[in-house]
Amino acid sequence: MSTLLVTGADLAGAGAQDLLVEDGRIVEVGTIRSAKGADVLDADGLVALPGLVDLHTHLREPGREDAETIASGSAAAAVGGFTAILAMANTSPVTDTAEAAERILDLGRAAGLVDVVPVGAVTKGLAGEELAELGLMHRSRARVTVFSDDGHCVHDSRVMRRALEYVRAFGGVVSQHAQDPHLAGPHACAHEGELSGRLGLPGWPGIAEESIVARDVMLARHTGSRVHVAHVSTAGTVEVIRWAKAQGIAVTAEVTPHHLVLTTDLLTGYDPTYKVNPPLRPQEDVDALRAALADGTIDAVATDHAPHARHDKEHAFVDAAFGMLGLETALSVVSDVMVGSGLLDWAGVARVMSQAPARIAGLTSHGQALAAGSPAHLTLVDPTATVTVDRSASLSLSRNNPWHGRTLQGAVHATVFGGRVTAQKGAIA
Amino acid sequence: MTPSTATTSAAASTNAAAPTTTGPTATPLAAADGPRGRRHLLSSADLSLDQVRAILDTAAEMHGVQQREVKKLPTLRGRTVVNLFFEDSTRTRSSFEIAGKWLSADVINISGKGSSTSKGESLRDTVLTVAAMGVDALVIRHHASGAAHQVSQWVDAHVINAGDGMHEHPTQALLDAYTMERRLGSLEGRHVLIVGDLTHSRVVRSNLITLKTLGARVTLVAPPTLMPSGITAWARAEGFDLTHDFDAVLPSADAVMMLRVQRERMSGGFFPTAREYTVGYGLTRPRLDTLVAANPDVVICHPGPMNRGLEIGADAADAAQSLILDQVSAGVAVRMSVLYHLLSGNDDQRRVPRSAWADTSDGRARPAAPRSAGASTAEEGTA
Repeated sequence: MSTLLVTGADLAGAGAQDLLVEDGRIVEVGTIRSAKGADVLDADGLVALPGLVDLHTHLREPGREDAETIASGSAAAAVGGFTAILAMANTSPVTDTAEAAERILDLGRAAGLVDVVPVGAVTKGLAGEELAELGLMHRSRARVTVFSDDGHCVHDSRVMRRALEYVRAFGGVVSQHAQDPHLAGPHACAHEGELSGRLGLPGWPGIAEESIVARDVMLARHTGSRVHVAHVSTAGTVEVIRWAKAQGIAVTAEVTPHHLVLTTDLLTGYDPTYKVNPPLRPQEDVDALRAALADGTIDAVATDHAPHARHDKEHAFVDAAFGMLGLETALSVVSDVMVGSGLLDWAGVARVMSQAPARIAGLTSHGQALAAGSPAHLTLVDPTATVTVDRSASLSLSRNNPWHGRTLQGAVHATVFGGRVTAQKGAIA
Repeated sequence: MTPSTATTSAAASTNAAAPTTTGPTATPLAAADGPRGRRHLLSSADLSLDQVRAILDTAAEMHGVQQREVKKLPTLRGRTVVNLFFEDSTRTRSSFEIAGKWLSADVINISGKGSSTSKGESLRDTVLTVAAMGVDALVIRHHASGAAHQVSQWVDAHVINAGDGMHEHPTQALLDAYTMERRLGSLEGRHVLIVGDLTHSRVVRSNLITLKTLGARVTLVAPPTLMPSGITAWARAEGFDLTHDFDAVLPSADAVMMLRVQRERMSGGFFPTAREYTVGYGLTRPRLDTLVAANPDVVICHPGPMNRGLEIGADAADAAQSLILDQVSAGVAVRMSVLYHLLSGNDDQRRVPRSAWADTSDGRARPAAPRSAGASTAEEGTA
C-alpha cells in the first residue's frame, strides 16, 4: 500500500488544500496534519490540476521507433503533465485492427507512465475507402472510442457519413483531420496568402479546412452522431463550430498550442521546424482561436505532438515532414498565452486540458474533480516559474521543437499518475 | 571547414603580380551575407541598385569576351564550381557551366535526385557531401522553393540560386534586365508586361524585384487562376499593376515578357484549353501587330523554353523585336559576372587587378578589366 500526501496545493485555483492519496485514489482532501508512512510532496504555491489528457499524440511505434517509441513518448508526456494520451493511428502498420490497438495498449502499460489510449483508424490503412473494424476495436481490451484517419481527411462524404452512423452504436466519435484534398493537396504546406505567394510555397487555404468542417457538422446533424474536429486552425472554422453548437449539433473541437501562438510569418526563412499540418496561420486566426478556447467554442487543447527524425526534417521545405513536438511544452504554452493574458483561469485550464478531452474520449478515470474517491491523476503546476525551452533537454527521441529558445511562464512541477509521482521538474521521477 | 583555403591561394596567385589598384570604386557584390559569413546570391532582393549595376556592367565586359576567338579568362583559375541540379535544366545548367569554364574555374555538374520525405538522402546530407569535396561555389537548382536558402545555412561554399521551385531565379532576372537595357537603354520608367503562368513562375518573382530596383514599371498579365495567392496585397505593397486584360495594356508596353505555360496546368483546372489560353493571353500575330504599331521599339522576351503556338506565336518569337536568343547569349555573360563578383577576390572583397585579366596563357585574349573590379582605365572599360 502506497501513500502520498500532497500539501498546500491550490486546487485548480480554488484555494490551498492537502490531498491524501492511497492506492491510486484520492482518499481525503482538506487540512491533513500528517499521514503515517506517507511520502510528502510539498505543493505550497503550486496549482493542482486533474491530470492532463492529450487527445492527439503521434507516437511512432510501431514503424518509426527512431523518431519516438511508446516509452519515450510516454516519458515526454509525463514530464509535460499528462496522465493520459491518445495515440494516433497513423503508425506503420496502421492501428486499424483490434490486435494492433491492444498491442499499443500493452506497450503503454509496460511503459507505465501514462495511460496510452489507442485511437483507431476510421478506414483501412487510412486509405479513406473502406471502414476499418471499428466495432472490433471498440470491443477489444483497448476499448477504442476515438477514431481518426489523422494525417488524412476522411474526405469521401459517404464514408464519413457511414463512419459517423456506425460508431454511434457504441458511443464512438470520429476525430476529423479536416483538409479537402482537392483544395489543399499533399504538397500544400503554407497558409495560402500573400506570404505563400511571395515565397512560392504551395498554398493551404483555410477554406480547405472550413468546407470540410461545415460538411461534417451537417453530417453530424443528419446522422445524429457526434463529430470531433482535430487541430482547428482558422477563424472560419471557429465560426462554423460556433454556429453548429448553437444549433445543438454534437460537435467538439480541439486546438493545438502552436496554433495558439505561432504564425505563418515564421516560414520566411524556410525552416522546416515550422512546417506543420494544418499550417501556421496569420495572427487574426490565432486571435480567433484563443477567444474560441476561452469561450468554450473550442473544447480542448491537444498537442498534435509529431516527432520526426532529424533527417526527415532536413529536406527542402516542401519535401520535409509535417509536424512539431508538443507534449513537454503544452502546459507552459497554455499557461503563458491563455492564463497570462487572463483569457483562462486555472479552472479553465483544467477544463480544456483535462476534463473536456477526457469527456470527449470517454475516459472515465481521467478529468475527474480532485475530490475524495477520484483516481489520483494530478498535475502540479508552478504558475510563477519561467522556462526557457531547450530542445536538447527533451525526453522525446526527436528534436523538431518550434519552441526552442522561447521563454514561457508556468511550468509543470510534478505529475502524479495513479497515485505515483511519474515526473518531477522535467525528469522522470 | 575553415573558410576556403582554395579561394585564398587562388587569389594570392592572381594578385601576386601587382598591388591592388585604386580605380573607381564600384560596389562589389556582397549579397546576402550568410550565417557563415559567405556571400551568396539567393534572392534578387539581396541586391541593391549599385550591386545590380555592378553586375550588369561587368556582364557587358564579359559579353565582349564571348565575341572573342579565345574565350578564356584566368580569373577563377583554381576555383571549383559545382552545378548541383535537382531538376532538369538544359539552358541554365549549360549557361552556368560555360560561364564558369570561360572564367577558368573547374566546373562539375551533379544531378541530384529530387528527394521526398523519409526517402533517400536528405538535402542537407547531399549538399554537405558535395561541399566536403572542397568546392568554392554551389550553383543550385531545385524543385522546391527555398532550397538554396536552406543550403546556404549548411555549407561554407558560396551559394547561387539557379532557380528554386516557384520562388526565385535571380540570374534570370539579371540577364533579362541586361538584355532589355542593351536594346532599350535605361529601364527607368519603362513599362514591362509580364504575361503568363505567374503562379508557378520563379522568373516573375525575381523580375518583379530587379525591375523595381531598376525603376521600371511592371504590369502582370494573367487569368486570375494563374496569379499567385495574395497578389493584390503584394502588388499594392510593391507598387506594380495587375490586369486580366492583355489587350488593354498592350499598346503601352516597352517590353513584353512572355512566360512559359505548361500544358499540364490544364489538368489542374487553371484554364480550360490551350486554344482559350492563346486567345486570351498568347502573343499572337494580331497582338504582335498591335504591339509594334503602337511602339516599333518594343522588345519581346521569353525565358524559355517556349511553347510556340501556346503563349507565343512563331511570328512574335522570330520578330525583329524578339530578344529571345539575346537573352540566352546574355545569360552566359551575366553568370560570368555573378561568379566573378562572388568568387574573385576574397571575403574581404579584394579587387582582382588588371594584370590578372590580361594574363591569359596565349596572350591573345586581353579583355578590359571590368569596371566593377575597380581596375579599368577609360579606354579599356568600354562595353
